[in-house]
Amino acid sequence: MSTALTDLRPGQRAVVSGFVADDAEAQRLMTMGLVEGAEIEFLRAAPTGDPIEIRVMGYALSLRLSDAAGVLVDAVGAA
Amino acid sequence: MSARPDAAADAAADAPIVVTIGNPNTGKSTLFNALTGLRQKVSNYPGVTVEQVSGRAELGGQRVRLVDVPGTYSLAASSPDEMIAVDVLCGAVPGLGHPQAVIIVVDATNLRRNLFLVTQVLEAGVPAVIALNMTDLLESSAISVDHEALALRLGVPVVPISAAAGDGLERLGAAVADVMAVPPQEPLTINAALDEAVGELAAELGARGEEPHLLELRRALIDAGGYAEQRLLARHGEDLRPRLETLRERVGSGRNLATLEARDRYSFIQGLLDGVEQRGEPGRQRARDLADRVLNHPLWGMLIFAAVMATVFQAVFAWAAPLVDGIDYLTGAAGDTVRSLLGPGLVGSFFADGVIAGVGAVVVFLPQILILFAFIIVLEDSGYMARAAFLMDRAMRGIGLSGQSFIPMLSSFACAVPGIMGTRIIANRHDRLATIMAAPFMTCSARLPVYSLLIAAFVPDTRYLGGLVNLQGVVLFGLYVLGILGAALTAWLISRLYWSRVKSRFLLEMPPYRAPSPRAVAAKLLSRALIFLRRAGTIIFAVTLVVWALASFPRAPQPPAGAATPAASAALERSYLGRMSHVVAPLFAPLGWDWKVTAAVLASFPAREVVIAALGTIYAVDTEAEDGSNTLTSRIRHARHADGSLVYTLPMVLGLLVFYAFCLQCASTIAVMRRETGTWRWPLAAWCYMTGLGYLSACAIYQFGTLLSST
Repeated sequence: MSTALTDLRPGQRAVVSGFVADDAEAQRLMTMGLVEGAEIEFLRAAPTGDPIEIRVMGYALSLRLSDAAGVLVDAVGAA
Repeated sequence: MSARPDAAADAAADAPIVVTIGNPNTGKSTLFNALTGLRQKVSNYPGVTVEQVSGRAELGGQRVRLVDVPGTYSLAASSPDEMIAVDVLCGAVPGLGHPQAVIIVVDATNLRRNLFLVTQVLEAGVPAVIALNMTDLLESSAISVDHEALALRLGVPVVPISAAAGDGLERLGAAVADVMAVPPQEPLTINAALDEAVGELAAELGARGEEPHLLELRRALIDAGGYAEQRLLARHGEDLRPRLETLRERVGSGRNLATLEARDRYSFIQGLLDGVEQRGEPGRQRARDLADRVLNHPLWGMLIFAAVMATVFQAVFAWAAPLVDGIDYLTGAAGDTVRSLLGPGLVGSFFADGVIAGVGAVVVFLPQILILFAFIIVLEDSGYMARAAFLMDRAMRGIGLSGQSFIPMLSSFACAVPGIMGTRIIANRHDRLATIMAAPFMTCSARLPVYSLLIAAFVPDTRYLGGLVNLQGVVLFGLYVLGILGAALTAWLISRLYWSRVKSRFLLEMPPYRAPSPRAVAAKLLSRALIFLRRAGTIIFAVTLVVWALASFPRAPQPPAGAATPAASAALERSYLGRMSHVVAPLFAPLGWDWKVTAAVLASFPAREVVIAALGTIYAVDTEAEDGSNTLTSRIRHARHADGSLVYTLPMVLGLLVFYAFCLQCASTIAVMRRETGTWRWPLAAWCYMTGLGYLSACAIYQFGTLLSST
């Protein structure tokens, strides 16, 4: 069951399953490693809750909730 | 700069061109500095705003011209600036020529994402060497990379190096010399159908007598609506569009080629790294998580952030002060010596008040610039800058910017010129423009000497809380806050007025924490100091000479012996500068300025810091000092209006300080804004707006202050 990347909690792992963003935006996200099948881990949110930091392709990436909302994921295991 | 035929001839007759390219945060500039030393040249790529850094280097015994491409994650381009990487690889940059080899700098601890760009570059068909950087950090990150297997699979040499430690550079140079000597490698193929389509398109355009670059055609095909396509259609006509659509349809069978490219590349990389890269459970991971938890904590994180910023201010102001004083003293002493050697005539004055004062006016910046840049470079190299951007994103968004704007804004505390250049890291065009307009408000190091001089001379050194806080520091801090408020208001206004509906983007890599290498920091520091001396220093020096000339000509008739002082005063008034200042002085009378202050401020419009040299020149000509002391501070302290009242009253000085806080007195900043925005519209608007704001604020402060102090 796919959910938005923004629904994950700190420490939770997931696999990217698709995009609701437009192609140009998806290209930017995918260039940074957020391709379908990529494993990600939600690391933390900034003190204000936005932006968030995730691990993807073995490195840490920060992005805003508004961009993260365009990424669909399948959560892996329990948080 | 336009491409001149002699520039092209230079390049052709010159050493072969080798390009360095790589993601941000790979240590590429450290490698570039290590390979070129200080033999660097900074210029601009023709027609765009991107800075071209090139330098001479010797690779494997062969002299080459190393050309750096700004750090990038992809060759996809949505603007002319981003297209530079493709154009350099194609040899399509006028006056640069075709590259003989490319060094792709890769962060060994972040191989997967780095290889995305690597595969794009390898498709260009330029002989390539992969510099596997940061290999010294692999072990502690519990990562192992079989670089020989990687080289075998990619078909290009992979050389493990540590640019920061200077390891492996010999082998890297030898590998580059080798690939230049042998015939070009076979370009990498990831999507054969795409390669075929690119080849067809090239053949069709070739039949029309064109000589298209394959890499450019590839990007035009993949990035629908991107800059490569726009430029191709502009050159070959809109009738090419249906052909592009047909080819896209054939290659992607309905799928978007840009997203297809990303999937293809990452699945290729997946196979490439199978058995090449092993990742264990890194012990450092825990340390990093703990550090992030603390540095990102709502309370502790913000406190640490505030402490770091406070330390930077303190260092720039307090640590630099003795050095600045020392340089001032030496400049004064050297001037006096020269004057006594050459006599009081024109020649002595030229060397003492023109040349030596000019050199002093440039060198006096170095302590502050070096200290501040040292902090910025260390913050960047240690990885803290990205955390600061992460922490600040929400706040910056409040004024219409992003956390990415934070770094250029912070750099603008040193100088708006590198700050504005640094806005290139901001992906969103609108964020970038707003940052460019806001950056000149930030208190740059050129304002600092003006502030220091006036505050030290006129703000009482009153101490509170047992000496912990002093009034001078409070005023200085207030001026910094004022600059930040001006910048915030400007950014907010621009994003409100122009593009409230445009969404900005913030995709930022959070690099691992790393201990900055002293060598790498020193090299970056030195190269920035040299850029300052060459680019800003020459302007400051030239303006100092011009001010001296304006203040010294036309020469007064020979004064009668024994009446030197009044004659010198009269000579200045009779000079071009004196005449100009007299004409416009009434305009500045509401600010409490006399014609001498006006003259100094006018002289400092090309570069605000020149006001010190200008004041020095103006008051040096009039060497009368009541207490016999001959420092600039004591001389301006005793300056009087014609009616005998002091010129530099507290309201006037505070007004003058605020004038300098707001006014855009910097020819370099204006030039850079013009270059970065591509039009005179923005710098002109900024100049009028900032100068107007400065004038009105100074006027209000002087008038109200004078009213208050007289009642």
